[in-house]
Amino acid sequence: MQMNDFVVRFAGEGGQGVVTSAEGLAQASTQVGYHALTYATFPSQILGGPTWTQARIRTEPVLSSGDEVDVLVAFNEEAYETHAEEVREGGVIIYNADDFTMTDPRSFGLAIDTLARSTGNNRAANMVVIGALAQLVHMPQEYLEDFVEARFRRGRDNDDEIISSNIEAMRLGRQHAAESGFVLGDLAPPNPPDYTQMMLKGNEAISLGATHAGLKFYAGYPISPATTILLWMERNLVGEDKFAYQVSSEIEAITAILGAGFAGKKSMTATAGPGISLMSEGLGLAWMAEIPLVVVDVQRGGPATGLPTKTEQSDLMGCLFPAHGDVRMPVIAPGSVEECFYAAAHALNWAERYQGPVILMSEMSMAERVQNIPRPDLSKIPVEERLAYEGGNGYHRYSGHELSPMPLPGGPGAYVANGSEHDEMGDTTHLPSRHIQMTERRFSKLKLLEEEQYESDNSEARIALMPWGGSKGPVREAYDQLRAEGVDIGWYYSMFLHPIPPKLREELRAKELVIVPELNYQGQWANVLRFHRVNSTPITQYTGLPFKVSDLVARVKEIMSEHTEAARV
Amino acid sequence: MSKKNPEYDFKWCPGCGDFGVRRALEFAMINRLEETGLPIENNVVVAGIGCSGNLVHLLEGEQPYGIHGIHGRTLPVAMGIKSARPELNVIVVAGDGDFLSIGGEHIAPQAARNVNLTAVIMDNGVYGLTKGQSSPTTEMGAITSSTPFGKIEEDLDPLELYLTLGVSFIASGFSGQPRVLARLINEGMNHEGMSMIHVQSPCVTYNDTYQLIKGNAKEGIAPALWDIPDDHDPSDKRAAEDLVRQGGLPVGVIYKDETRQSLDANMGIIRSKARERTVEQLMDAYTF
Repeated sequence: MQMNDFVVRFAGEGGQGVVTSAEGLAQASTQVGYHALTYATFPSQILGGPTWTQARIRTEPVLSSGDEVDVLVAFNEEAYETHAEEVREGGVIIYNADDFTMTDPRSFGLAIDTLARSTGNNRAANMVVIGALAQLVHMPQEYLEDFVEARFRRGRDNDDEIISSNIEAMRLGRQHAAESGFVLGDLAPPNPPDYTQMMLKGNEAISLGATHAGLKFYAGYPISPATTILLWMERNLVGEDKFAYQVSSEIEAITAILGAGFAGKKSMTATAGPGISLMSEGLGLAWMAEIPLVVVDVQRGGPATGLPTKTEQSDLMGCLFPAHGDVRMPVIAPGSVEECFYAAAHALNWAERYQGPVILMSEMSMAERVQNIPRPDLSKIPVEERLAYEGGNGYHRYSGHELSPMPLPGGPGAYVANGSEHDEMGDTTHLPSRHIQMTERRFSKLKLLEEEQYESDNSEARIALMPWGGSKGPVREAYDQLRAEGVDIGWYYSMFLHPIPPKLREELRAKELVIVPELNYQGQWANVLRFHRVNSTPITQYTGLPFKVSDLVARVKEIMSEHTEAARV
Repeated sequence: MSKKNPEYDFKWCPGCGDFGVRRALEFAMINRLEETGLPIENNVVVAGIGCSGNLVHLLEGEQPYGIHGIHGRTLPVAMGIKSARPELNVIVVAGDGDFLSIGGEHIAPQAARNVNLTAVIMDNGVYGLTKGQSSPTTEMGAITSSTPFGKIEEDLDPLELYLTLGVSFIASGFSGQPRVLARLINEGMNHEGMSMIHVQSPCVTYNDTYQLIKGNAKEGIAPALWDIPDDHDPSDKRAAEDLVRQGGLPVGVIYKDETRQSLDANMGIIRSKARERTVEQLMDAYTF
């Protein structure tokens, strides 16, 4: 049987190689031209704890982590008991025979560590697993050998030894799988893309995109799942005019980047929901005093400490309206690892363009998953600079109802960037006419951020699907299935949540119904759309996990039939 | 603002200590201009919230840059400015409520980093702008609007706090001596690292301490103010601790550690160890 899609779940204890095995399989597969995505979920502790990662390999680009598990690799008994139900009919379970034994007829044992040790390379355990998996779908051995060669050939004296032990580990895994008699089918040969690819996580894509857009200053505080951006910056945002630093709280992070933004540097921080709460007053100051900066919110489950290592899309309201008073933050929410790169560059451009704070919303499931993406062509991604003041002294920085040039400390045009309501020079005032002028000025600048482009498909349909953020992938997969079944439904998507592209808003308003699948209880984006006078209804999920495509397909059909019924009555 | 702005409706009470601190800061910025040739706009004044923070709007003459931000956060804002643009001279102006209460959490980390900034703290021992509540430096037992039966918290000694937290330059002064204060501020600006200039700046409305500070011979009140003797060695931390424990209001430089590097200088260590790469080179690490 030919297979185009191969989903493997690796489950066990933290530290058993669950993540490295999944990422190894994904890397080996993309190396030879398949597309791959991993989905990881971690326990909130340093060592151990139940963890699992899913890798999905396809001949076409991967949109979601996959509903149907073809193979479960259970590193311990608890993992088997927790995940066995998820294995599809006809699927296979590989259990770690070094840890436990069992008699499930769908399973065979693999003495993962013993086999690795027999090659003389204790670290080759994940290669034993990858070899066994390759056998189950008849992935040719040379694919794996190419991967091992590419991964371990680093010009060291013992390269040959490392490579041959890893290949031997794969061969042993393959041999044991063959002896088990289980076969899933033949994975279709890859269809290698004709462009250069990168394999990375969402947080890495954000870091790279921001750096391309000219990021010079980063201050952050450790918080899951945003910490990896801080670590990346400390290692890579280095050099004469660059600064990356771990400060003492999220309050320090927002105020430090605010100082840097005021001083003329493109600045950013990244955090998760609890950090957004602590940054809210600082965000209000950036809005009020008109200071460019970017805050990345890598969402996790909330409120309070919530679910630190699970995924959710429940910070939307908190990001649109983080501060007290009359504010509405510009928000960009990428929908894939690839979009994370472009969205970060866009967020920095927006901050400079309108001279104020911009929030970039990602989420745990995107931050931690590895995916292959086309390598961005930097020459095609514009980098914007702020409108800088170039005149003499005596300048009124806040004059008028619209954006005005921003003076740079050290040069002429000194002013006070003021978080109190202020006059044109930045001095505090309480006059009604000034509060009117300045409030209108701050909101009018948002017009500069209204973009043209958005995604749409089958735009004639009266009912449309519109996901946001990281739910884009599974919703698109569900949409493609619905369309293939002949369901008349439209597709809309934009990473620009506020301001929403005006033409998109007009199109959505003309729909009978817009269905919004999102990972929160209240249907936050659906509510925002209602505020825009769009007739929207949410599909909500609040499990801490991403959507399953099959669930989405069923629930969309249900809503559509209810809608038709209601129309008939 | 350089001249009277009819829209700006904030006023200090006549006799407020902050007038003297403003004068001292103006002197210090002019001295700095004369010493370095750098224009006034090379200075950035980061102001806290309260009566003292309004100093940033009330400066006369050539105007520096300013940020009048949110309550308690002057230090991390200043750290951001200084780290982004080390060539700027960054000055913090805040009161005891802003700096020591809501902003207290930021002193220790900035002291540890030795951020090269000069903080001028106007201590009047009360929340003035919100009309007379107790602050960390309000005396224990004092009756204020928020301690109607007397304050039951121990009052904080800011100078001891700064010493304990490892601030590398600590001076103490009085708002009634703007020339002396200007000299201390200039010495702080010239110090490579975090400089605290703690100033007694009385609130004539809610906590008038002028008589206590200056003394009153007729009423038999000895002045709290005393000049730090010339033979005090500010590089000696033990001597600084002893000096602070003598109480009263010492005027002069209490402590000065010139052996430590500032955050800017220490960033040079990181830059010498890390390899700077272009975005294309960074992307290569993920490319296959």
